Formats: sequence, C-alpha cells, structure tokens
Amino acid sequence: MSVFILRRLMQSALVMVAMAVIVFFGIHLIGDPVWMFVSPDMDQQDIEEVTRALGLDRPIWEQFGYFVLSALQGDLGTSFIFGEPALGLIIERMPATLELAFTALLMAVAFGIPLGLYAGLYPDSAVSKAIMAGSILGFSLPTFWVGIMLIMVFAVILGWLPSTGRGDTVDLFGVPVSFLTLDGLKHLLLPAFNLALLKISLVIRLTRAGTREAIHQDYIKFARAKGLSTRRIIGVHLLKNILIPVVTVLGLEFGSLIAFSVVTETVFAWPGMGKLLIEAIQQLDRPIIVAYLIMIVFLFVVINLIVDILYSILDPRVRLGDRGA
Amino acid sequence: MAVTDAGKTSPIEAAPLPAPPAEAPLKRFLSDFADSRLALGAALLLAAIMIVAFLAPVIAPQDPYDLATVSVLDARLPPGTENFAGYTHWLGTDGAGRDLLSAILYGLRISISVGLASGVIALFVGMAVGLVAAYVGGRTEGLIMRVVDLQLSFPAVLVALILLAILGKGIDKIVIALVVAQWAYYARTVRASALVERRREYVEAAQSLGLSHARIIFRHILPNCLAPLIVVGTVQTAHAIALEATLSFLGVGLPQTEPSLGLLIANGFEYMISGKYWISVFPGLALLLTIVSINMVGDQLRDVLNPRLQK
Amino acid sequence: MKRCNLLLRSVAAAAVVGAAGFSAPALAEDLTIAVGAEATSIDPHFHNLGPNNQLGFQIFDRLANPDERQNFEPGLAVSWAPIDDTTWEFKLREGVKFHDGSDFNADDVICTFERAPNVPNSPAGFSTYTKGKTFVKVDDYTVHVKTDAPYPLMVNDLGNVAIVSNETGCDASTEDYNSGKAAAGTGPYKFVEYVPGDRIVLAANHDYWGEKPTWETVTIKPIKSGPSRVAALLAGDVDVIASVPTTDIETLKGRDDVTLSQGVSNRVIYLHIDQFREASPFVKANGGGDIKNPLMDKRVREAISKAISRELIRDRVMEGLSIPAGQLLPEGFFGVSENLKPDAYDADAAKALLAEAGVPDGFELTIHGPNDRYVNDAKIVEAIAQMLTRVGIKTQVETLPRSVYFSRASSGADGLPEFSLILVGWGAGSGEASSPLRALIATNDKDKGMGTANRGRYSNPEVDKVIEEALAEVDDEKRAGLLAKATEMAIGDYAIIPVHYQVNTWASRKGLKYIPRTDEYTVAYGVVKE
Repeated sequence: MSVFILRRLMQSALVMVAMAVIVFFGIHLIGDPVWMFVSPDMDQQDIEEVTRALGLDRPIWEQFGYFVLSALQGDLGTSFIFGEPALGLIIERMPATLELAFTALLMAVAFGIPLGLYAGLYPDSAVSKAIMAGSILGFSLPTFWVGIMLIMVFAVILGWLPSTGRGDTVDLFGVPVSFLTLDGLKHLLLPAFNLALLKISLVIRLTRAGTREAIHQDYIKFARAKGLSTRRIIGVHLLKNILIPVVTVLGLEFGSLIAFSVVTETVFAWPGMGKLLIEAIQQLDRPIIVAYLIMIVFLFVVINLIVDILYSILDPRVRLGDRGA
Repeated sequence: MAVTDAGKTSPIEAAPLPAPPAEAPLKRFLSDFADSRLALGAALLLAAIMIVAFLAPVIAPQDPYDLATVSVLDARLPPGTENFAGYTHWLGTDGAGRDLLSAILYGLRISISVGLASGVIALFVGMAVGLVAAYVGGRTEGLIMRVVDLQLSFPAVLVALILLAILGKGIDKIVIALVVAQWAYYARTVRASALVERRREYVEAAQSLGLSHARIIFRHILPNCLAPLIVVGTVQTAHAIALEATLSFLGVGLPQTEPSLGLLIANGFEYMISGKYWISVFPGLALLLTIVSINMVGDQLRDVLNPRLQK
Repeated sequence: MKRCNLLLRSVAAAAVVGAAGFSAPALAEDLTIAVGAEATSIDPHFHNLGPNNQLGFQIFDRLANPDERQNFEPGLAVSWAPIDDTTWEFKLREGVKFHDGSDFNADDVICTFERAPNVPNSPAGFSTYTKGKTFVKVDDYTVHVKTDAPYPLMVNDLGNVAIVSNETGCDASTEDYNSGKAAAGTGPYKFVEYVPGDRIVLAANHDYWGEKPTWETVTIKPIKSGPSRVAALLAGDVDVIASVPTTDIETLKGRDDVTLSQGVSNRVIYLHIDQFREASPFVKANGGGDIKNPLMDKRVREAISKAISRELIRDRVMEGLSIPAGQLLPEGFFGVSENLKPDAYDADAAKALLAEAGVPDGFELTIHGPNDRYVNDAKIVEAIAQMLTRVGIKTQVETLPRSVYFSRASSGADGLPEFSLILVGWGAGSGEASSPLRALIATNDKDKGMGTANRGRYSNPEVDKVIEEALAEVDDEKRAGLLAKATEMAIGDYAIIPVHYQVNTWASRKGLKYIPRTDEYTVAYGVVKE
C-alpha cells in the first residue's frame, strides 16, 4: 500500500511538471504578456525595459528553466499584474472558493438524494417525471444564464437576497469565513445554488439510477420478505448501497467545483480563486496560471488517489497493484 | 471540465452491463422505447429540430451570415417588426441586426454539428484510450490515467484560447477544443467498465484461445462497455453545446458573424436585464428544447438498454 | 501656467454637473461604488493602470491634480512656471499633513520621484514621466525640475505621479502598501482596508487641505460583469456604478429611482490601416488571389472612411453613447483642430473613389478587433464590416480576446503588425493632442520613442517634423496651433480613420449623481448629492 501511494505521488510530480510545461509554452503561443500591461504613454524603450525587467526577453526555454529552479526552492513565481507571490494570491482567495464549493456540495446532496430517491422509487409518477425533466434543465442551461436570472429574480425583483459579493466574514482558526454570519449566509445562497445546480442534477440522476437498480436486487427483496418496514429498507439498506457511488462521484466533482467555479464567481463577483484564474488567463498573468494549475492537478491526483484507495477498501476484489496506478 | 460538468462518468451509469442480446429484434427495442410517450414525443421533437436545422438555408427568411444583407440599421427590433426589405422579424432581431429566427435556425445547425462532431470524436478517442488503459494495465495504464488527470484539471477556456491563438477562430477549431476538453471523461468511463470486464471469464477464455489483443479489446470487451458509453455520450453532447456557449461567453468561441446557438445566448447575456428579452430568451429556449429532447431520448435509451431494469 | 479652460461638449439627455461644486458639509454617510475593473495594487507607483490610478486619485495627491476634464489644478504644488529654458520651478503647498501624521515638504517630492520609476516587479511603471528630469530641492517648499531641452509637458507628466510620504512611503515595498502599512497619502480619503477581489474601504480625511470629503466611509467593489453591476445597483446593494453597459441605458433611463450621468471621454475609437507593405496579409483580390495592397492608396482609405456611417453606429450599436469622430480628440481638448469634421456617410462617393483607385469591384478584406477591451468593440467591428461589404469591399470579421489581439496587432511573427485593418482605441492620458499624435501618427522610430502604437506604420516626414516642433514648443498657444496643424495633415492623409469618441455612463441611486470625467475614472469625490 505505501509503495503504491509513494509511486502514485511520484507520478503526480511528473504530471505537475507536464502541466507546467504545457502552460508555459501554451501561454507563449497565445501572445506576449507585455502588451497586456503597458500603459499608452510608454514608448518603445520603456516597453523593452519592462520586458527585460520581467525576464520576458529571454528565450522561452530559459524562462522555463528559471521557473523550475525557483519552483524547486518553493517559489512558484511572482504575479505580473499584482507584483506578489502567485501562490500567496491563490491561497488568499482560497477560503472564499472552498466555502462556495462546500455549500454547493451540501446543496447537491440535500436536494439531490431525496428527489432522486423519490424518482427512483416511483418512476412512473408524474412528479418523478417532472423531477427528471427538471434535472435536465440543470445542465442544459449555461451557468451564466442561470446566474443572472437568479440575481434578477431574487435580488432585483423580490429583493430577498443580496445580488453580488461576499458578505461579512469572521475568522475561524485564522481563516475568514462568511457562513457563520447571517449577512454572509445571505450572500452565499445564490452563488452556491448557481454552482450546485449542475451537481443537483447529477445527484438526482445517480440516485435514481441506483435506486431503480437496487430495488430489483435480491437483498431488497429479501429484506421485504423479512417484513422490514419500508422506511428501514429505504433508509438503511437501499441508501447505504447507493450512497457509495454518489459519494465517489461527488468527491471528483468537488475537485471541479473548486477548480472551475469561474463563471459563477464572475457573475456573482465572488472574490474567489476562479475569478483570479480567469482574469489571469485574460491578462496572460503566467505565474498565477502556472501556480494555479499545478495546484489543481495535484488536487485531482490526490482526490483520485483517495478514490482508488477507497475503492480497494469498499470492494476487495479490486487490488491496488492491479489497477496499475 | 471548466465550467459545466454535467456529463461525468457515474459508476452507476457506467456500471458494466451485459450488451443487449444481438438477436434482440429492432422491433422489440422500438416498442420498448415507445413505451414512454414522453420519450417518444422527445424523439419526434428532436427529429423535427434536426430537420429544421438541416433545412435552415431553405426555410430561414434571411441568410444571417451574409454581411451584405444584415444591417445594424435593423438592430434590436422587437418581435413582429417588419423591416425595410418587407419581411417580418417574427422573433425580432439581435444586436447586429440579424433576424433572430434565421440566426436561431442556422445556429442550431452549428450547435448540433459542433456538439455531435466533438461528442463523436471525443467518444472514439476516449474509448480507445480507456480500453487500452484497462486492458494493458501496469505502467501504461498509470501513464494514461495521469494524462487523464492532467486533462481534467486543464481548463477548457485555456485550451480554447491556445488553439485560438495558434489556429484562429472557426467551427473546426472549436470542435478540436471541445474534443480536447472532453475525451478524458469518456476515457474514464470506459476504463471503469472495462476494468471489470477484463477480469471476466470470457476474456480469459479468449486469451487462452490465442486471439489477438486488438480482437479481444474491440470485439469482446468493447461491446460490453457500450451501454454506459451511449448514455454518457448523450449527456456529454448536451454538455458540449452548453460548454461552447460558455466559451463564447468568455470571448473564445465561434466567429461572431456566424453565431451558433451558444454564441447567440452569450450575446444575449448583456441584454438580459435590458428589457429586450427576445435577444436572450428565444435562443435560450431553442437550446433548452434541443438539449432536453436529446436527454430524454438518452434517458429512455439507457432504460431500454439496461436489462436489469426490464420488467 | 494654467491652461485655457476647456469646454467639452456634454451629451444631450445627460445629467452633467457644470463646475465642480460640492455640497459642502461632511455628513456621516457611507458610499458604495461598484467598478468594472479592480485595482491590482494600493501602491500608486506599481502599475500605471486606469483602475490603480483612479484609486490613487482618492488617497494621494499629485503636484498638480487633473480635474474632471483633465485640466491641471494646483495640488501639492500651489504654482509652477519655467524659470529658464530647461528649469521648471514648483512652489509647494504648506501646512499639508500625510495620513500618517507627517508633514508634507520638498523631501517627500524628491523621494517620490526617486521611488516612482524604480518599483521592483512593476509591469509598467512611471519612468515614462520621470526620465530625463532632475529634481532639486531648493528649500522646504520649492523644487526645481531640470531637463536637457525645453520641455513643455512638464505638468502633464508630473501630474501623473502620486506623492508619497518620505517617512513611511518612499522605502516601502508594494506589499507594505497593500497591507496598509505604507498607504499614507495626502488625499481626501484615507486607506482603511483592502480585501483582494472583494473590496477596498476608504475613510474621509477630515484634515484634507482642499474640498472636504462628502463621505464618511467609501467601499469600492469590483463587479466585472456588466449586467451584474447593473443588478447590484437595482437591488440597492451599491450606490453608484461605473461603466454602465450601453444595452441597459434605455431601461435605466425609464426608472425614476436611478440617475444617469454621462460624459465624453478622452478615448477615440479608430481604424488603423496597413499602409506600409505591398502585400498585406489580410487583403486579397476578389476570389482570393493576391493583390497589391489597395490600402496604400489614399483614395481607398478615404472610401473606407466615407463608407462608414458613424451616425448609424452611434444610434444602433452604441445606443446613442458615442460622438462621431473626425480627429484624435473630442473638441475642447488642447491642440485639436477646429477645421476637422467627421466624414459624412456617402456610399456613392466611396464607390466612386474605389473605382478611381482602380478597384471598382472592391476586394476582400479581414478586419480585426478586440472583443473584451472597448465599449461594444466587437459589435462596432461587425457593423463596420457590414458597411464596407455594402460598398463592395467584401469584409470578414475576426474579433479576438485582447490577450491574443494586441500581441499580434503590435508585433506578429516577424515583429511587424500582423493585421491589415484593425479597430483600436486611444485615450489621451496627458489630455492633449500630443499624446495620440506621437504614439499613433508619428513614424515608428524606436530611438526617438515615437510612433510606439503606430500599428498601420503611416509615415510622413513632414507630419513628423511638425509633431517634433510641437513637442519642444513651450508657448501654449503656438503649441496648440502646431498640434492642430499636424492633426489636419495626418487626417488629410487618412493616416487613421477616426470612428467615434466614447461616451461613458455612470448610474447612481436617486439623490446622487456623478461628475463625469474625461479620463473615465470613478472617484468618490466625484459623487455628489443632487
């Protein structure tokens, strides 16, 4: 097991290097970052000077080499546009995004499982059909479209919730969080729902599919024959069996929630990492993009590792060595 | 990836299912499918949408891509306005003066072809990679799955931006970007089901018979992984269309003079609170109908193809 | 030394305030402003960037502060004048205190101009304004600035640099400013808090030497998405929003709980035309063959200008929020010509000119533009393409994100501008015509630092001569005349094709209004009660 984990971690280092290479050279292909920064009053010499100061006049492989050297010493570069260490900027914005992602995840489970269960138990009822049709809506409408609609309805027309931004925060173990204040919660609700909508649809579908398969299986029939109450059958036996895949998938989805809440954060002006990333991409702020994606790829590798380990614990037939990775 | 991730693999949907018996008559399948009137309706709607989209150049009142016929003079006309050329804009016009009905018809065509093309290519690439990973195992599998990790953590926006910079804008480029962004999902799905399949007795039997690896992979394992793939495929196709809209929203989508449905919706974003509802609502509605019908058909297909659910 | 008071045409239907008259008493009231772009740093010398400067305007003063029309008013200097050909004398304001409590004097000025061009990691610093100048402290309240040659734009340059404190600011790092440790200026508002991505909080400086601040606390929130910004105002979450999208103006006008303030900006939107190569990459003969670059022919450029209906763009694309342009800066700015009017739309004349130039059936062309830089940029490009196609120039449109666009438009694979016809904008930071003339019109010359953004590579030695003459002319009246002359010559050559001047809109809740600024900045002291 420990050999397996060690090997996987070594692989992840390789993946991180690969990511750095791709981003570095990819951005080089997109354009010269200098043109994103220069102010109109600068002349050619000023521009050259800036290019030199930022090291952008060097050949790209040399810049990359320099990056690798500093990265080995734990320095992932200094943001071009903020002038501060890229990693610090990302970590600074991380609590806001984590908070949003966790809330969205919670909503996905809280809405998704009961609805999916119902749709699976009574597949022919009109309500179930409505639930399933509704779940399709969840992933067919672009996030930005739904987001601005939510703002229009709940903030502008009804006036129940604030439109944008993050609410009051309090420090929890030194990390500013907003879900512990009423104002913070109010601000959290709409963006979290916007982000959760896709995941709710996903959980509904997973739960329904799992339920429909499970109710035909022997252990449920057996439990019925034993005369257990329906509540107990659903609550214990059925749920236990369908939760495993739901949790597995949500684990992976959580990664993408954190990594790519870009659109939701933009529409709701949420001060998280996603907004930082998209603005960095738009302005070719390479150090931030590189640091961000290296971090995300590490996150994905670790989540997949945990999922694989969980698999082997849940299903003894799957041996880790066998999974080859 | 990136922003909307509806169609990821789910262990349940991706659960290994025995392929439908080859001799199952088509008729049986059709009657099973038609069991649900809702699904039948969706299938008919989908067919209608496809036909209308295909016939767009014939039935659309205007060629929305011809800059000589589109004029900003007609920009933002409300539905039902008659223009100088003497025809009526039943759904109004957009910000550049395109007849919305025509733009939606043409846009549907682009969106559906982009969704289908990227879906099919990504499916084949992902399928091949996933099968090989599961069958070969060991280092190769490790390598492939790490590439999948890499791909899943790479934002589609950045892929699109890099491709845009190298290749320029165009439908083919956006298809490439979507394939790059999506193949990893298919690879993961296929690998999950193929992993279980390859431990089955029939694979061992085939191996002991000395059949070639390619033959075992494609003739024996693949058919048993098809059902979940089809399901993921329908969801991913819908997802591709929505993803294209998001890319357009972020400014790296299709050329603006040849808008897809996604681009029309992205353009409509800025009109959403302006009171000019038609610019964002009608394309949104068209997209919704298309994706809902694709998915209803997909859902029903899954149920019909899943023998464990047979009544 | 104060220039003639500029009179800018304010836009009809706009609630524009006349002179900068503040309602005097400082009441304990809070203000929340939503802006489109966030400041990247509190350090006023880190990046010469609009959002950073507009924040700096509120916390810091400059020797001369630009007012809402970019006229330089006495700031930390009470007066300035050239005392000989190469020396300017600045008399400093006495009795001014920094937010950290220290007194303002010449030492702060000297160390500011040492720090400003030398901030580490700066992506675009202020050396542009300080180079070639030597700063000498004469006494505590007098500073001399020396140059090698006569330099008329002294105040325009120095008016861009925020003065920081010798005690806390000059040796501080950018991080020290962001944390608030060093962010002490002399301006009307004090720095309180910076939460990146979320808000910047300022508080009134009741000891301000000038007009007393109106607002007790000011919160500045970045909301990038236009519709979200408008929604935040409608929902009552913010009091004032900047850069109202043109699409929402009609709706907002119809509401009686919202006030709109509009004003022309110093930004001209124009076309740059490839006129330096025989084979232009995005020009083709009809059918796709090669063709000698017809854009080199002045008649073709004139035809393009006449084919564009600037009124139609204003009415149908900009929803009324632009002023058709005939030169580099709107009327009223220093150095503009009184003789130049925007070309009137005349499709027949355009076709005739094309025929005269030997391309009666037009040609094929791709026009490029950004899609995330200027107000409605992509839509303007598309409208222009429609209009050119109508006179026979079959035009394709390619709009790109600015990250891709500006790099290629400035220097493509071979270091030359890559496109044939592009849409660009230019905001005159110095508030006078010398800025666009030297950057866009003058021959591209690295050694002279001219023609930096001349992406069409127009080159006319006679125009260059007049521009250089103007840049060395200390007499304002003569300089204005020279700038106008250079503009007339260049526009007569169709060096560039001006399309329009942007008009900016701010929206506020009822009871407030904003004094529009030509530099497009949004500052708390510009928000006044109605």
